Amino acid sequence: MTRKIRVLVAKPGLDGHDRGAKVVAAALRDAGMEVVYTGLHQTPEMVVAAALQEDVDAIGLSVHSGAHLTLFRKVLALMKEKGLDDVLLTGGGIIPEKDRATLAAEGVGRLFGPGTPLKELAAYIAAETAVRRPR
Amino acid sequence: MTVDALAKGIVAGDRRALARGLSLVESGAAEGAALLDGVRARLGRARRIGVTGPPGAGKSSLVNALVREARAAGAEVAVLAVDPSSPFSGGALLGDRVRMSEHALDRGVFIRSQASRLAMGGLAATSHGMTDLLDAAGFDLVVVETVGVGQSELEIVRQADVTAIVLAPSMGDMVQAMKAGLVEAGDLVVVNKGDLPGAASCRDEIVAAFGMTAESGGAARADDVLLVSAATGDGVKELLARLRAIPDAVVAERRITADARRVDAAVVRALADLRLKPAAASLAATLTPAVRRGDVSLEEAVRTIVAAAVGSDREARRP
Repeated sequence: MTRKIRVLVAKPGLDGHDRGAKVVAAALRDAGMEVVYTGLHQTPEMVVAAALQEDVDAIGLSVHSGAHLTLFRKVLALMKEKGLDDVLLTGGGIIPEKDRATLAAEGVGRLFGPGTPLKELAAYIAAETAVRRPR
Repeated sequence: MTVDALAKGIVAGDRRALARGLSLVESGAAEGAALLDGVRARLGRARRIGVTGPPGAGKSSLVNALVREARAAGAEVAVLAVDPSSPFSGGALLGDRVRMSEHALDRGVFIRSQASRLAMGGLAATSHGMTDLLDAAGFDLVVVETVGVGQSELEIVRQADVTAIVLAPSMGDMVQAMKAGLVEAGDLVVVNKGDLPGAASCRDEIVAAFGMTAESGGAARADDVLLVSAATGDGVKELLARLRAIPDAVVAERRITADARRVDAAVVRALADLRLKPAAASLAATLTPAVRRGDVSLEEAVRTIVAAAVGSDREARRP
C-alpha cells in the first residue's frame, strides 16, 4: 500500500455555487486521488484546520464571489502560520488573469477558469504535489 | 521528521504531527508500524465508539451531534470517518466532514477522513492502526464511522469497544434488517431521524423483531433501541451516556477479542498477498487454460499455485 494524493476541495466565503467544486472533486477522484470535500461556506480558518488534520497534499478553493484576492491570501497566510509549507494551494472560479498573476507572484499555484479540461487539472496537481512532497 | 520525534509530538498534543503520523500508518509503511510501537505504552485510554449502518441513515450527522454532546460534557474527541474508494479509479470522494463543519475550529476535536481502499467490512485495512494512534494522542473518545454498510459487513463491531447501529425510517422492509443480522450485531440500535413520520413505528418493529427469538436478544433488548434525531438533538445525550456506560470489564474482554481478530486479519492479508508473488501469478496464468480445458482440476491448480507462492516466499527470505 502507498500514500495516495490527498486533496481538500473547499468553497470558502458566502457564495453558494458549488457545482464547479463538486465536478472538480469527482474528476480528481476519477484521477485516482483521495478528495476530502468540506462543502459550502468555509472560512479560511476552517479550510486550513481541515487541511492540517487531513494531511492533504493540496488545497483547491473554488471562488465565484469576486473575493478571491482576500480569500486566497488569507488561506495562504494561515497555511504559513500552521507550517503547511509543502502543501499546494490552487483553485479556480471566475478570476481575472491579472489577479491570477498577482496571486501566483505571492505563492499561490495555478488558478483555473471555466472550460479547463478536467484532465489538465488533475495532471497539474499530480505533477506539482510530486515536487512539493515526494511520495 | 523522524519517527521518534513524530511520536513525541503526537503524545505532546501536536496536531500536525498526529496528521502526519496517521498518513504513515495509513500508507502501510514500516515507519507507520514503528510509530505505533513507539506509542504502545499510551494505548487503551480512549473509549472507542463505532458508528455504522446503511448509507443515508444519517451516520455523519449523528456523529456530529455525538461530538457536540461529548464536548459539552468536557471530553476531547477524535473522529475517523471512512468512506468508500471507487473500484474504477482507486480514488475516493470523502464527504463526511460536510456534516461536521461546526467542530472545524474546536481544538478539542480532531476529524480525519479515510478511504476504504476496497477493503471489505466497512473499514480500511489500516483503520485499526489509525484508531490506535488517535487513542495514543490522548483523546477521551475515538469515534469511528464506517462506510455505509448493508448486510454483514461488520468489521467495526469486532474492533470498537462499543457500537451503535444507525437506521432511519422508510429505509425499507424490516425483513431486510432481520436477515442481515445487522441490528443484532451492535450494542445499541439507533433509529435516527426521529423527527420524521414513521420513526416511532420503525423502532417498534425493531423491538418486535428482537422479541421474536431469544437468540436475537429477546424482549430484554427493547431498551437497546433508541429513537434519536441528529437534526434536532433529541435523544443524543442519552445515546452518548449509554455508549459510555459500557462497563470497563466488558471493554477489556472485547479488546482481547479485537487483538485476536487483528492478528487473524493480518494473516489473511498476508495470505492474500502471496498470490501476487511472481511465481504464483505466472503459474496462475499458465494453469488457467488447463483448468478451463479440464486437463487440470481446480483443486490441483490451487495446490500447485499455493505451493509455488509459499516456496518463493521462503526463497526470498533466505539470506
